[in-house]
Amino acid sequence: MSLQFESVLAETDIILDGIMLTIGLSASAIVLGLIFAVLLVALRTLAGRWAGIAVDCYVELMRNTPFLVQLFMIFFGLPLVGIRMSGTQAALLAMTLNLAAYATEIIRAGVDSIHKSQLEAGLSLALSKRQVFQYVVLQPAFARVWPALSSQFVLMMLASSICSFISVQELSGAAAIIEQRTFRSFETYIIVTVIYLLLALSLKVFLLWLGQRLFAPVSGLARVDVKAEAA
Amino acid sequence: MPAVLIDDVHKRFGNLEVLKGVSLTVEPGQVVALIGRSGSGKSTLLRCINGLEAIQSGRIEVAGHIVDQDPKHLRELRKDVGIVFQSYNLFPHLTVSQNIMLSPRITQNVPQAQAETLAREVLAQVGLSEKFDSYPDNLSGGQQQRVAIARSLAMRPKVMLFDEVTSALDPELTGEVLLVMEKLAKGGMTMLLVTHEMNFARNVASTTIFMHQGKIWESGPSRELFSNPQTPELRNFVSAGAH
Repeated sequence: MSLQFESVLAETDIILDGIMLTIGLSASAIVLGLIFAVLLVALRTLAGRWAGIAVDCYVELMRNTPFLVQLFMIFFGLPLVGIRMSGTQAALLAMTLNLAAYATEIIRAGVDSIHKSQLEAGLSLALSKRQVFQYVVLQPAFARVWPALSSQFVLMMLASSICSFISVQELSGAAAIIEQRTFRSFETYIIVTVIYLLLALSLKVFLLWLGQRLFAPVSGLARVDVKAEAA
Repeated sequence: MPAVLIDDVHKRFGNLEVLKGVSLTVEPGQVVALIGRSGSGKSTLLRCINGLEAIQSGRIEVAGHIVDQDPKHLRELRKDVGIVFQSYNLFPHLTVSQNIMLSPRITQNVPQAQAETLAREVLAQVGLSEKFDSYPDNLSGGQQQRVAIARSLAMRPKVMLFDEVTSALDPELTGEVLLVMEKLAKGGMTMLLVTHEMNFARNVASTTIFMHQGKIWESGPSRELFSNPQTPELRNFVSAGAH
């Protein structure tokens, strides 16, 4: 067996465009999905019983069906009811909705982990339930589940490869094109594997750094620092 | 008008009746101590006063508010009635000053600069001016509890409730918290406190109420109550606490 990378590397432009689209799609889906998830958790925590049940139904629907099927439902289904969108738009929507469901479940666990005494302290200071959620509960809850959220974000970035099924030319889509042009399947996917690995590890490191910046006072790390200083 | 009026209050958790017809009044400026064994209902009574627990029957009025379970009424009531808990319950993600300023900022729309002045003022009152920018995790238990008192004071309450605020502290730290409370009492704050600190009840509270099995078993001027208990239950309780 001999590996020949020349013809594959000649397609660098397509690969770079693919990387940019993978990063763009993932970053957008993470930000939008997270905002949507926080709204869903707020709805589930603060609104009545029926809103909670609706949120639970949504979460279960998205978590118990394949992402590929969700993508197809959006890409092929929505045009039938008059909503037209490009493959990239459909990919972004599917990724956002899928990530939001998983993130909702994770953040909810964080919210549930906040001790009742914190809520009582907030209420006793004349805060409304919404204000308690917003100012007292949300940040410590996020701090606790940030590692779980981070791995969900990485999984979503990797799952964006599925969007190549609807001809979105993110990294995996780009790989498919290069493979067709060069017939160098193995070489193509070796390169793509390395790129995905680097992207995932970079995202992981970035999220770890971000978490420490955002949540330092509430994580165990801050306490360790203080003890080290005192010693 | 009394600062706190409690009239024939009954409270059940499921089938367990924890308050069996409790009535008492606290006059403005008065310091009243609630003592009794664990499970006698004293903490529950305190939590009913600011609506953290709902009552089944009876009537509670505090600082001119009638206690019901309407969230809007409760928010108005809680602006006038502070409570300090055994476990401090500071918000770990906020600095000391942010803990103090949170409610004045968002429930009373106090501007940032004014809120900071207020925070410095109440921190000075509890002797922790230098902890303005510290996080709760970096404070001792006694300091955290003093911040919790300052946080309540920043609301300019008419009545303060203290729920076993020194029970989680070792004796050394208990002293610094009790000192702050004594200063408050001397300053004319209306206080209702659940406590296991018999000396504090005897020396600082004008009235002490002994609760037993969900009822007010015995009450009276603190010194008399401790020196001359009328019921065998209080006599047992006082002598058991004296070790």
